[in-house]
Amino acid sequence: MSQRIVIDPVTRIEGHAKITIYLDDVGQVTDARFHVTEFRGFEKFCEGRPLWEMPGITARICGICPVSHLLASAKAGDRILAVTIPPAAVKLRRLMNLAQIIQSHALSFFHLSAPDLLLGMESDPQTRNIFGLMAANPDLARGGIRLRQFGQEIIEQLGGRKIHPAWAVPGGVREPLSEEGRTHIRDRIPEVRTTALNALEQFKQLLQTHEREAQTFGNFPSLFMGLVTPDGLWEHYDGYLRFVDSAGNIVADRLDPARYQEFIGEAVESDSYLKSPYYRPLGYPDQNDHCRLDSGIYRVGPLARLNICTQIGTPLADQELREFRDRGHGTVTSSFFYHYARLIEILGAIEKIEQTIDDPDLLSTHLRADAGINQRSGVGVSEAPRGTLFHHYQVDENGLMQKVNLVIATGQNNLAMNRTVAQIARHFIHGSDIPEGMLNRVEAGIRAFDPCLSCSTHAAGQMPLHVQLVGADGTLLNETWRD
Amino acid sequence: MAVKTLTIDDRLVSAREEETVLDAAREAGIHIPTLCYLEGVSEVGACRLCLVEVAGSSKLQPACVTKVAEGMEIQTNTDRLQNYRRIIVEMLFAEGNHVCSVCVANGNCELQDLAIEMGMDHVRLEYQFPDRQVDLSHDRFGMDHNRCVLCTRCVRVCDELEGVHTWDMAGRGSQSHVITDLNQPWGTSQTCTSCGKCVEACPTGAIFHQGSSVGEMVHDRARIEFIATARQKQQW
Repeated sequence: MSQRIVIDPVTRIEGHAKITIYLDDVGQVTDARFHVTEFRGFEKFCEGRPLWEMPGITARICGICPVSHLLASAKAGDRILAVTIPPAAVKLRRLMNLAQIIQSHALSFFHLSAPDLLLGMESDPQTRNIFGLMAANPDLARGGIRLRQFGQEIIEQLGGRKIHPAWAVPGGVREPLSEEGRTHIRDRIPEVRTTALNALEQFKQLLQTHEREAQTFGNFPSLFMGLVTPDGLWEHYDGYLRFVDSAGNIVADRLDPARYQEFIGEAVESDSYLKSPYYRPLGYPDQNDHCRLDSGIYRVGPLARLNICTQIGTPLADQELREFRDRGHGTVTSSFFYHYARLIEILGAIEKIEQTIDDPDLLSTHLRADAGINQRSGVGVSEAPRGTLFHHYQVDENGLMQKVNLVIATGQNNLAMNRTVAQIARHFIHGSDIPEGMLNRVEAGIRAFDPCLSCSTHAAGQMPLHVQLVGADGTLLNETWRD
Repeated sequence: MAVKTLTIDDRLVSAREEETVLDAAREAGIHIPTLCYLEGVSEVGACRLCLVEVAGSSKLQPACVTKVAEGMEIQTNTDRLQNYRRIIVEMLFAEGNHVCSVCVANGNCELQDLAIEMGMDHVRLEYQFPDRQVDLSHDRFGMDHNRCVLCTRCVRVCDELEGVHTWDMAGRGSQSHVITDLNQPWGTSQTCTSCGKCVEACPTGAIFHQGSSVGEMVHDRARIEFIATARQKQQW
């Protein structure tokens, strides 16, 4: 008799989702699906709003990565105003995005995923959270929390607040960095750099003990996409899009992000509110055939960014990148390595902040280009912590929104996340008697992608887990709760 | 000029006979909340936030249009008044589409200030979510009807201070809204002088400078008072 297992909600992720695992008559996994169960509606209710309000409104999409939306939105606004923004504004936006990457990655690794990695997949769910981590490894937990604080403080120094700063605007930014703010950031760099290096050392040791997870957590060939500089270096704010396959071949390069619709298709599945973007030239992978190598499934985010770039451009991070590629044998296909990539990006972002923090432009007051509506359509792109983010706006002649399309990083990983849960479920689940630790592995596979589903703020590790085993005739066979 | 003596909140207060209870209270340093009232233009008593209790009358009176009288006993802050004021503010929030967090006037909004003053931690009424428009047709200013509380300050400054009467009211009941000229896009108005007084007078983010992002719309009320004094008293 076939069965269906539902994990609802998935915990320690940003947002609300559930996973359904289908078992066949003999208890073997036939399929697994990742459903996003929340609907936000931003694209619809932004219609009719003035262009200038869009960064402030869309930043509210997420409490974790508001800066990503703020920047993508402001950049779409720049295009519609048809202006080149002051150089100081570009540097300040880049600084804030680096801070955003640090704080979000720190949250993902230390607060949400480290409990699985350091306390164990099968450890007591009551303590398998940031508080358990504080008790077991206070130095690591403190370092992680302070690392996130470092990123948040930079955002606050620039935008006036840690969450939802309405700081970037079409045409530039509102405020420069203060001299005090610059001193504060500079003083904290040595500490956070040490934290990042220590975390990397610990993670490399974990790779020995988590070999099975590294092999089975979404380890499959796919394309990878992200921004690179014109020279092919790691990029987070501007540049061109590049697609690389799992053998490291550049499939497409120097793509203009403004023309994303030519190479990214957005499919919709009936069982999820999350869209499923795919690389258009290779087509949408159908349900039964999505293992084929030449499908349009692609991954974005830290793993993708490290796979597509030639190097990061800072000494310590580049050294780590070389080791990362050695360990992953070139282009890294295991989604478990997202964690690793996240830590390397934190290190690179810290180094890049150090390289730019003394730039006098950061204190400039010439920050905003003034213009009216000069284009009726504009695409803004930035690398959010979770991957490439697109904001596409169409406005009327006065700047009122007529159409809004947002292509969110997590959506672009949707197909890969579905494949990941299916792969983990097939490997770890056999029969209807399922230990909690096995189900946690399925969730942990999702956590590796650090999906930002709502994207909303909520307590880490505090949501209950409800697992149901349902028979083919609809009867409830088994049920467990984790409070 | 006759002087009247009255009590406000049990304090003996004297005022000139042409003054209102609101004037007398303010001169005595007694705070009465207002929304539609604007220094320098006529009073309309529309918002009802300045309602006070007058001894001997069961009816509440709006302080902005009630003249002082000898021996008058006024209470400005009873439980009953507080309840009325809070429900008025809640009705204003429920009637329009007020989203402070993403509003251009966030932090510089009299409606927001009133909500804080009244302790409005939530709205007990059902939100109406009306379908209202934003007019960005003017070169420099914008009008967001979602945020309009129909105080008519814009109508009065435009009529009484600038003297062009671009703004007026149209519709009835819940359909009431402010219009420019003959209910046409602001940018096509032939009377508007683009003086910006309505922008400074607006208590919320309904009328704003184009290009404003969240919290950037700061109203300069002193400018309105300066112009009013200059016009009426020929003092510059």
